[in-house]
Order: sequence, then structure tokens, then C-alpha cells
Amino acid sequence: MKIVSDMTALLTGMWITWQHIFRRPVTIQYPEEKRTPYPRYRARIVLTRDPDGGERCVACQLCSAACPVDCISMQSAEAADGRRYAAWFRINFSRCIFCGLCAEACPTLAIQMTPDFEICKRDIMELLYEKEDLLIDGCGKSHDYNFYRHAGIGVTQPRGAGPKEKPPVDVRGLLP
Amino acid sequence: MIYDPLDIALMLAKIALVFFVILTLAAYLVFAERKVLAWIQDRKGPNRVGPFGLLQPLADLIKLLTKEDFRPIGADKWLFYLAPAMAAIPAIMIFAVIPFGAPLRLFGHTVQLQVADLHVGLLLFVALSSLAVYGVALGGWASNSKYALLGSIRGLAQLLSYELSMGLSLVPVVMLARSFRLSDIVAAQAGCWFIVYQPLAFMIFLISIAAECKRIPFDLPEAEGELVAGFHTEYSGMRFGLFFVGEYLNIIALGGLAATFFLGGWHGPLLPPVVCFSVKVLAFAFLFIWIRGTLPRLRYDQLMHFGWKILTPLALLNILVTAWWLVLRG
Amino acid sequence: MEAYLFYLLAAVTVIGTVLAITEKHPVHAIVYLVSSFFSLAAIFFLLAAPLIAMFEVIIYAGAVMVLFMFVIMMLDVGRSGDGLRPGLRQWLPAMLLAGVILALLGMMLAHGGWPAPGAGAAATLRDFSLTLFRQHGVAIEIISLQLLFAVVGALYFGKRRGP
Repeated sequence: MKIVSDMTALLTGMWITWQHIFRRPVTIQYPEEKRTPYPRYRARIVLTRDPDGGERCVACQLCSAACPVDCISMQSAEAADGRRYAAWFRINFSRCIFCGLCAEACPTLAIQMTPDFEICKRDIMELLYEKEDLLIDGCGKSHDYNFYRHAGIGVTQPRGAGPKEKPPVDVRGLLP
Repeated sequence: MIYDPLDIALMLAKIALVFFVILTLAAYLVFAERKVLAWIQDRKGPNRVGPFGLLQPLADLIKLLTKEDFRPIGADKWLFYLAPAMAAIPAIMIFAVIPFGAPLRLFGHTVQLQVADLHVGLLLFVALSSLAVYGVALGGWASNSKYALLGSIRGLAQLLSYELSMGLSLVPVVMLARSFRLSDIVAAQAGCWFIVYQPLAFMIFLISIAAECKRIPFDLPEAEGELVAGFHTEYSGMRFGLFFVGEYLNIIALGGLAATFFLGGWHGPLLPPVVCFSVKVLAFAFLFIWIRGTLPRLRYDQLMHFGWKILTPLALLNILVTAWWLVLRG
Repeated sequence: MEAYLFYLLAAVTVIGTVLAITEKHPVHAIVYLVSSFFSLAAIFFLLAAPLIAMFEVIIYAGAVMVLFMFVIMMLDVGRSGDGLRPGLRQWLPAMLLAGVILALLGMMLAHGGWPAPGAGAAATLRDFSLTLFRQHGVAIEIISLQLLFAVVGALYFGKRRGP
């Protein structure tokens, strides 16, 4: 009997919606109820420091090249000891889409992402974060990484003194 | 003719009361629909305006009143402006014949809790619901828009076909009550509700009124998925609001009529008559919302097929069987 | 009170009908005709014939005119300027018939009018149906047979014929 099966189908549907009326809503009412994001949640960008307290960023421009919305810009500079740094570093958070490509591109692990996703401002110019707004005092997600210890450039230690690093070849020596 | 001023005052009071109650009820039905649909979908629904969102209808009203009153280029000016009223007025007028409570004794008068106890009340309802088609048809046609025109053509065909089965499903009720007067129909159900004698007619009537007030699964004239918003695509502000309120008024009116024709009107156990009637009406409103939360939309050919080839013959057969039964019983 | 209402409704009926005839736009003509039917129904109501009034609205205003409108919308003939004014050949028969009716009306008026309808004695449903089915039973049967023919014919035309 087709009509019986049709009626059963209709009534089954009605019964399911009836049950759902009494179910607890899954809605999280955002401004009042907030869910805690996971520690490695990828939202607002920060610039981290190395374990010794120096800036990690070497102003290589890779992040700004990787950024699909072109929200990162910087000016590179070099200190007297050969350490490169950003003279200014600017992220326009009104354009940032939290895609994380800059953090992936960063060779020195300077750019990292934090779980802070609530960055709304009345004035759009306040979303323009300068270097001093971006720099944090910690190392972020990797605690012991210092680019200049591995780079083979004599900034943090004399050349050849780094871990797993051979002394530099004396090009004027006779032995290979 | 001499009129008693007290009679006139009572009549005006009844009209004002009915007006106030149904308009408030329609506004809150919109709210209830949004709330219940949200619960069905595991959401919370509107809860921002006022406690539990109870002032939401007011906020909606303010929004609708302050919106731009837009008229598309090439629209037929007068018909475009008049169509929302043509949709809402018949829905309001239906309430004139619905008895919503047992007669009261007030100031030495017997007051019928019904605005007009016509002895062609049932026919007046059929007439008004057939006039409600014009709002849909002219509104869509006058908008000068393809979507709206398609919506109103669908609306015309749908309302015309389901009006037929609705009217035919009411014939057995008239046969049983032997009157077109709604108070007589209610009185005839004092002992046993007509749904007991006429379950088939009740089902046909229920399906037909769902189609009459253009509810899912029969919401083809305003199918959002296909026609933007159907016949009221081009309407904005309070004109759209009139279409909207008219639809919900229709739900209340048709629910009240279904209760009157099949569920014994204001007869009921324990509760006072007015409360009994309101409970039935609200139950019908809830049923419509519930169905909306459950069922998908019919396809157009299925709709016409169902109306003409299943509902109408069934209703005719039902009339025949009821007539034979009445004749044989004597 | 009733007299004023009657004249008001009669004026609406006549003006609506005249506008329905002279209006070139079919949809507007239908709207005028519907309002004319509606006020005609109200006049019937005043004449203590509520049943006729309701049938007037249900059948003419609610069904026939809606079907007209459906056809007009489906075929999209609602463009003003399409229709030409009917010529004298079309006007003449209509004028002739209208003249006959007017003449008959005048004769009736000259004869001293017609009997006023029984004041207050509204024809009940029972009287109405008894008259209809007892006295005019044959006519009812003929009309219903005719409707049956129409239904069968429609079914025949609507049936999809095999290739």
C-alpha cells in the first residue's frame, strides 16, 4: 500500500522534528558566551623574540610576498654586527584574513599566530599594527630556536662556534 | 429601523476586541513561528529584543514602517498600491463570522461572542477566501516583474483548485448541521465533534487550508528557492508587511474555522469556552509551523495533480457517502 | 439608511460596469467588473437574499473572473493599446439587445412597477432548496448533465494521446 508507506514517511518526519524541539540548542551566543580557542588556534599575528631576547625577524620580505591580501609591509635594515632587522614592520589587520601563509613562509619563526581572534575597532586606522604593537616578549611556539645560532653568521657567536657547525674553511690555507 | 445604542456599543466593542486580539496574535504568530522553527533546527531563535525576544514583533513593525516604500518602474501604480490591502482585508473579514465563545449575559443583553451571526456564514467564508486570490494575483501582475508574475500565476491556479476541494469538504459539515450558520454548526457539535463523523473531510479541509494560506508544502506562489519571493518580490516596507500579516491572519482565521467546523468550536471539557477555542486555534497554528519545519515543497505538477485528481474526487465521494448515510438513517 | 446604501451601491455597480466596458486594459476591466459584482452582491444582501449574494461573489467574482485573469496573465495579453475599439458591426447587436431590455424595463415601470419584495422575510436556505429541487428538478438535472458533458469533454481533450 503506497498511501500507508507515504503516511508513515510523513509521520516519521514529523516525529523527528518534534523530538528536535526539545533538544538543547547548539547555538553559542557569541558576545556573552565565548568558546575558548585551542592554544594553537591561528588568528592574530605576532612577532616573537628569540630565547636571548633579540628580535627574530630578519626583514626577508617572504611573509609580505606570501600574503595573498598584501597586508604586510616592512623596511629592512642591518645593524653594525650584521644582524638584519626591520626598521618598521606594519600589518594592516583590516585586510588580514588569518590565512597563515606568512607564518608558514617565515624562515626564522618570527611571525606566529595567536588564538586572539577578536580584533574589532571603531576606527579602522586602529587596526594598523606597527612593529611595537606586534612584538611580544616571548618566544611563542618554539622556545629554543634562534635563527642566528644556526645561520653561520657571526652575530650571536663567532663563526663556527654554533651547534653542528664546522669551523669556517680558511681559504688561504693549503689543506682542503 | 431603530437601533439600541447599547447594541451598537457592544457591537463596536466586539469589533475592536477582535481586531486588537487578531492583530496582536498575528504579530506574535510571526514571532512564534521563528521561535519554533529555530527549536526544530536546534537553534535559539530571536531572543535579543526584550525579555526572551518578546518585543521582536514591535521591532519588526518599526523596521517595516521606516523602510523605503519602493515601486518598480513600469509597475501599475494603483493596483500595486492596492494589492496588499486586497490580500489582508478578506483575511480580516473572515473573523466576522467566527464564533469564539459561548453567548454571554451582559447588561441584561445576550451577547453573541461573534461579530456577525449570518445565516450564510459558511458561504461568506468561502466567498471571502475566493476574493483573497485577487491580492496575490494583482500584486504579482502589477509589479512588472517576471518572478512576481510567475508567482501570481501559480497562486491563481493553486488557490482556485484548492478552494474547490475546501468548499466540497465543507458540504458534509453543512449536511450534518443542516445549516450554513456557524453558531448552528457549533451547536450541532455539542455532543460529538464532526471530526468523529467526518475524518476524511477534516483531512481534506486541513490540506486545502494549508494550500489556501500558501504554507509549506504548498508555498509555490512564494517559493524562495525558485522565485525569489514570488508574488511579493517587489514589495517592501509596510506593503510587504500587509502581505505578511495577511498571511498570518489567514492562518489564524482558517485555524479558527477548522476548529469551528470539525473540532466543536468553543465546546470543550473543563476550560471556559473562549479559552477552549483559543487553544484549538493555537494548536492549528502550531501544526502549520510544525509542518513547515518538516516537509519540503511540492513540485508544481504534483500540486495540481494532487488537488484535481485526488482531493476533489475524494471530497465528492465523501459527500455522496455522507448523503447516503443521512438518507438511510432517516 | 437602506435606501442610501442602495443608491450608493447601485451607483458603484453601474459605474463599475460602464468602466469595465470602456476600459481597454483587460486586467483593469476585470477589476472594475469584480467591484461591480461585489456591490451587486451587497444589493442582493440588502434585498434579503443573502444566498444569492454569496453565490454572486463565490461564482462570478471568485471563480469566473479569476479564471479570466488567469488566462490573461498566462497569455500575457495585458498590454494596453493592443485591442482596437469595436466597430459599428460589433456594437450594433449589443445596442439592439440593450435597447430591448431598456424598452421592457420602461414598459414594466409604466405598468406601475413591480411588487416590492417581502420586507424582512429573508428566503431561508430550506425554502430556497425546496423550490430549487422540487419545482425545478428537471432543469437542475439538465444543467448537471451539461456540466458532466463538459467534464468528460475536458478529460478527452486533456488526455495525452499516444503517438
